[in-house]
Amino acid sequence: MNLYSSSRKKPGHLQVAVFQFVSAAVCLWLLSGFWQLQVQSPDVYAARAERNRIKSLPLLAPRGEIMDRDGRILVDNSPTFKVLLSRAAMREENLPLIAEGLNIPYEQLRAQLRRLRRSNAPEYQAVILKENLAPGDIAFVESHRAEFPELELIRSPKRLYPQDGLASHVVGYVGEISDAELEQLEFALYEPGAEVGKAGIERQYNDVLSGSDGRRVVVVDSLGREREVRGNVEAKPGRGIRLTIDLDLQVVAELAMEGKTGAVVALDPRNGEVLALVSRPNYLPNKFVGGISVEDWRQLANDPQKPMLNRPIQAQLAPGSIFKPIVALAANRNPVVDMDFSVVCQGGAFFYGRYFRCHKRGGHGRVTLHEALVQSCDVYFYTLGNRLGIDSIAETSMLVGFGEPTGIDLPHEEDGTVPSTGWKLRFFREKWYAGETISVAIGQGALTTTPLQIASAIGGLAMGGEWHQPHLVPHDEMQSIRQGFQPPAPRRAELDSSAVREIVRGLWGVVNEAGTGVRSRIPGYDVCGKTGTAQVVSRQYAKEHDVEASKDNAWFVGFAPCEAPEIVVVALHEHGEHGHLAAPIVRDVIKAYFDKKQRTRWTQRKTTSAPAQTASNFSMLAPRRVRP
Amino acid sequence: MIRHYSARDFDWVLLGITIAITMLGLLEIYSATRNTPWQEAHVRQIVWIGLGLILLWVFSAIDYNILIHHALTFYAIAVALLLLIMVLGQVIGGARRWLLLPGGTTLQVSEFVKVVLVLLMARFFSALHPERVSAKNLLKIAGLFAVPMFLVARQPDLSTALSYAPILVMGVFVAGLRWKFVLVLALAGALILPLAWQYLQPYQKERLITFMDPERDPRGSGYQPIQSKIAVGAGGIWGSGFSQGSQTQLRFLPVPHTDFIFSAYAEETGFVGVTVVMALYFAILMKIAGNAKTSADSAGMYICMGVGALLLFHFLVNIGMVIGRMPVTGLPLPLMSYGGSNLLATFMLLGLVNNVRLRRFTN
Repeated sequence: MNLYSSSRKKPGHLQVAVFQFVSAAVCLWLLSGFWQLQVQSPDVYAARAERNRIKSLPLLAPRGEIMDRDGRILVDNSPTFKVLLSRAAMREENLPLIAEGLNIPYEQLRAQLRRLRRSNAPEYQAVILKENLAPGDIAFVESHRAEFPELELIRSPKRLYPQDGLASHVVGYVGEISDAELEQLEFALYEPGAEVGKAGIERQYNDVLSGSDGRRVVVVDSLGREREVRGNVEAKPGRGIRLTIDLDLQVVAELAMEGKTGAVVALDPRNGEVLALVSRPNYLPNKFVGGISVEDWRQLANDPQKPMLNRPIQAQLAPGSIFKPIVALAANRNPVVDMDFSVVCQGGAFFYGRYFRCHKRGGHGRVTLHEALVQSCDVYFYTLGNRLGIDSIAETSMLVGFGEPTGIDLPHEEDGTVPSTGWKLRFFREKWYAGETISVAIGQGALTTTPLQIASAIGGLAMGGEWHQPHLVPHDEMQSIRQGFQPPAPRRAELDSSAVREIVRGLWGVVNEAGTGVRSRIPGYDVCGKTGTAQVVSRQYAKEHDVEASKDNAWFVGFAPCEAPEIVVVALHEHGEHGHLAAPIVRDVIKAYFDKKQRTRWTQRKTTSAPAQTASNFSMLAPRRVRP
Repeated sequence: MIRHYSARDFDWVLLGITIAITMLGLLEIYSATRNTPWQEAHVRQIVWIGLGLILLWVFSAIDYNILIHHALTFYAIAVALLLLIMVLGQVIGGARRWLLLPGGTTLQVSEFVKVVLVLLMARFFSALHPERVSAKNLLKIAGLFAVPMFLVARQPDLSTALSYAPILVMGVFVAGLRWKFVLVLALAGALILPLAWQYLQPYQKERLITFMDPERDPRGSGYQPIQSKIAVGAGGIWGSGFSQGSQTQLRFLPVPHTDFIFSAYAEETGFVGVTVVMALYFAILMKIAGNAKTSADSAGMYICMGVGALLLFHFLVNIGMVIGRMPVTGLPLPLMSYGGSNLLATFMLLGLVNNVRLRRFTN
């Protein structure tokens, strides 16, 4: 049996014992490893296993639509997809393939990731690789689910604004929430990367429009395939908002301002509803969706015309002659003169040792209040202003709403300046000189107003002393948006009704008696108005520098019907040289208003007799079917 | 020559432990392959276990001295088969390791080479006994081992090739070596290691680097060790329950029925289940050591110690890999991992151990 054993004596038991000890040591060493993982820190690994398999995908809520007063959609959403890259699940070697498949420059992708890594953003924060996916991109992601589990398609409703920037300063735009905004209480529930309103209605009513995102929690396997749905919170779409804006009037105002710089505001003085609000030049809100490019932003920010400025509420300019009705009202409230007070205009007059010119070199001769308004005689109002003094003018200016924001529901409204002795003392620590009052009396000097303030002031004056707060969301809409909303009470003032009638008659004359505003005449309609030609720089400067920027600003404010106004329109044509050139803009808007009113009345008659026809789509852009 | 061996002498405890481990492995294979392309794996494993038991009986029945007598013949056949595979072998996963049998079954010859090498080692060193190993003899046996190691490494299957080394090391260790030799060998090893690095495949280098720092590339070469550690840790003390482990069931764990079966098992049975199996493996090693002690002659002792060294090596490397204390290699866990060749070879080896025990009384 023992063919190969030279001895029956076996080798030492020592080696066997060593083997036994080594075996025991190995087992204990390995077991200690399991102890460490499973008993000492199982939570760490359980959490990592959980992160492996649980995927939480945002369901983005579409923002509410923004509609005009007739329910026509101004701002809508279009369904798009974006693709996210999960950094926790990312495989470095897949990146070139992904970049190629989605047509993104690989270097750009690398740079994006490097930036995130350097900013110490948490791993779970996904990277938006591409938005607005083309069908080819979607197919690429769908068909490579197994190869690239780190990619995730997300349905993301994209904001769709009107083309050519229609009503851009009303609706505003959306953009990614900024770090500064994240700190604010209003955005406490938002996460980085969220899309929020940045300007206009989008900003003002962001909470109403934004809705709330949902979340879908699923269990996935290592290939990214969904195995079960753990939780599904549907997205709650944002609430739509109906505005007071009338698309028909807005379009007319936009077209009238085409190529010009300035603003148009149309208000219903009976309730403060804003019917049209135009600021030119405008911007294209669609460019902001999904992040504006650096180049586009630089272009907007550096444009000397300041397209981002919301001129109707932010342009603080000298109103010029359209301030004269307010001076006339001040003269009545602080009876320095009778209603039949008259002045002889010889093309200018001396006040406090300085010669103040009238815009008409030859002079207007003897003028009463009526003629002074119709002809816009400066000398008459120099005289009134001189007798009133700055503080009386300021008092009436404040009464009609100058010097403070109107309170319109848009962000960043400016307040303008109403100079007075107190104002000058406070801001310049200087005494007011009576000579300065003369300029203010014709709407120049330190006096500045916004177009909206003028529309509101003149509208309220025409209403006989009742100023309604301008607003873009109708009160009935507000009551359903915000619980317990109470429409603000109008500001009322006891005005001498005969004086108001006299001023309105003067403004009627401006348009209808060969005054400065004849260009806003609409045959068959009762339009009142006032031109304004406001100096931007001194006449001396303008003479020396013949440049566009030193040309006068053209203003026109008009309302109709004169006795019971339904609409008041202000047009500002910056550097338009003379107020009567702004008048046609106002005329177009007022005409559009009455045309539409006629048309509506006509179709209502028509539909009651022939119920088969629908009374929709009576846009100004549609062929005219008006037959009063 | 014909001797009667009583059933009492058969190592029933060793058999019982062996079967217990294979059954736990079988359950885990079933759990880890449900709803996957390998969901038939447990049925095949049952067949392998059945065959293995027969082989265990066969390798217990034939006197190990006879087997040792023919060791050189077996060795020649093994080398011939390895050479044959280099020409005719089935290529699976980029390596030429498998011999296709009629009926579509594939056998991994390199697994069976282990049995041959254990017999060869036992023959060589028991013949020397009680001499100490001389340099000449050491070179001789090392040369004999080097041929199959080289052939297997060329397949390429470096980890299986390296798993032969413990058999030789154990033989030398038991036979006894001068300290001078040990020093020289250690020095030679230290010199060869950096050279060997040059000859490693890129993926092998990568594995060794990530073993040092797996989080360096969590989605690439670090993926397997990280996911394995997550699976083990997520199991906690009591485990997630049979077929409830998310790492295993959602396939975050790579090859959970073969190389990483112990991660899957650890996730689903927790520290408690791990302790049970570790105890069973430890018991097998102690039984083997016990049989080595009581063997009738030095040849039997060498056989037992060779088997013990081989199993301990597999055990250490595979389970060490599961908890991230060893680099990722393709070595299966004997008796638990799915796979016929390794299972059959392990049963043969345990049959040899039992063989030695059966013939421990020499009168």
